[in-house]
Amino acid sequence: MSKLHKMPIVVGLIGLLACALILEYSVDAGWVMQLVVPRPSDTILAFPEVQADMDLFGNFFVTLAMTAAATLLALIIGVPFGYFLYRNTRYGVAYEGWLAAAFAAPTVLLYPLFLVIFGRSHATLIAMGFIPGAIPIIIQTRQGLLGVSKTLLNVGRSFNVSERDMFWKIQLPSAVPTIFTGIRIGVMYTLVNIVAIEYLIDFGGLGRIVSEMYFRFDTPGTYASIIAVVFVSVFFYWGFGRVEKWLRPV
Amino acid sequence: MADILEIKKVSKTYNADSDNPVVALDGVDLNVAEGEFVSIIGPSGCGKSTLFNVIGGLIDDHHGEVLIEGRPVDGAHKDVGVVFQEESTFPWRTTLDNVAFPLEIEGVGKEERDALARKFIKLVGLDGFENHFPAQLSGGMKQRTAVARTLAYEPRIMLLDEPFGALDEQTRMLLGDKMLEIWSALNQTMLLITHNITEAVQLSDRVVVMSYRPGTIKEIINIELPRPRSSEVISTPEFGTYVGKLWTLLREEASRGMEEAEAEIAAT
Ligand SMILES: Nc1ncnc2c1ncn2[C@@H]1O[C@H](COP(=O)(O)OP(=O)(O)OP(=O)(O)O)[C@@H](O)[C@H]1O
Ligand SMILES: [Mg+2]
Repeated sequence: MSKLHKMPIVVGLIGLLACALILEYSVDAGWVMQLVVPRPSDTILAFPEVQADMDLFGNFFVTLAMTAAATLLALIIGVPFGYFLYRNTRYGVAYEGWLAAAFAAPTVLLYPLFLVIFGRSHATLIAMGFIPGAIPIIIQTRQGLLGVSKTLLNVGRSFNVSERDMFWKIQLPSAVPTIFTGIRIGVMYTLVNIVAIEYLIDFGGLGRIVSEMYFRFDTPGTYASIIAVVFVSVFFYWGFGRVEKWLRPV
Repeated sequence: MADILEIKKVSKTYNADSDNPVVALDGVDLNVAEGEFVSIIGPSGCGKSTLFNVIGGLIDDHHGEVLIEGRPVDGAHKDVGVVFQEESTFPWRTTLDNVAFPLEIEGVGKEERDALARKFIKLVGLDGFENHFPAQLSGGMKQRTAVARTLAYEPRIMLLDEPFGALDEQTRMLLGDKMLEIWSALNQTMLLITHNITEAVQLSDRVVVMSYRPGTIKEIINIELPRPRSSEVISTPEFGTYVGKLWTLLREEASRGMEEAEAEIAAT
């Protein structure tokens, strides 16, 4: 096996660097309009400026915290609700289609309603992030529980496990990979929704900075703050990967 | 020896209310003495696993009765442990935690249950693999983990549903020896489902031959080979006689089973 295969991070970074260099050259050559896409080097240089001007780093944590709170809420409500739909087959069958449809709806457009209820506040951000985050968790929790091997359930029954142990020690761990697929999808939608609302209502973390940079026609600054959003998403992707690995080591 | 297990007129029909009910068991009677090793052999689909599910209390819509020490079974029973035919280890638990599972459920403390689990892991010959996950074990090792886990429950009656079905002949023979070792060490009553005639004769006091649908008991053969036995007994002439006898009985059932299954496929 080549050394490269063992270092996915290095390979990824090399790829990223190559793309950046190509882009840099393309902008220089005038193939790409600099007003639309800045030079990657300008974007990098914009980081300290945006930091000095608008505290990029601090706002990174604001968006991260909003996303974490919304995702936590989505988990606390989504997993039990998924379990409920699994236990009550009739509700499960009845609501699954509606849930999937609701997931496809651009709930972000409902923000004026939420503004009325929660005002221009963190609560609006969390509530709007929660909706698209909870739906895939509900759906995947139900699917994961439906997919638990009948044999494993019989193992539990043959050892006389209580309903509680059956859930915590057999059903939930069995369903973990499926539920985590839902969490991964959910957290991305949560983040996108939160940043979009921050942008729209000019409140909160990175979305607000993107909006500010945009209205100043500061293209490198806009890109720098968008890249900060990408880092939030990378953080959650990595974090949930770690948690899943901890729950299901193999 | 008193009968620890009595199966009385047990019948089970799947999809009883539908257009095509499947009569899996029809009036099965069987008594098993404490400490006995009984094998059950019969064509695929004849209801062997169904019978175990009834004994283990995992099916409740059957007819007839199962008694353990004279008391009727209703639901899963502390005295009955099942090793399932399908892959049944928990993929997210190490060998040690898999085997300790029934003890954990019973509320045995961590240290004590780990010590007990280690004992049973050693008994099935998996020492050194305590911290491996099932995905890191071979098929036979996973099945041995499942056997150890059920042993750790310390049931008086072990139901083994083809635990070594997917293994090659040599490994199966050696594991057969292992099972005999465990059986004599723990003094349990063992019921073993197998497709393998050699294995049945090698291990058992009695071999129960089941007929294809509806599943009934066709014949019970007493195996009067001296104990302790090991896989070496296979090369004796008496052994061959038993194998021949069982093979004749089974061939009739198996070919009838195949024909019926083919007819069924053709009909659909
Ligand atoms: N849950 C179920 N629903 C409907 N039919 C079933 C079910 N389980 C088993 N059957 C049917 O009952 C019959 C007996 O099944 P069983 O699993 O007991 O057979 P078996 O003797 O264990 O077969 P094998 O040796 O292949 O494991 C089969 O014809 C099967 O199709
Ligand atoms: Mg079977």
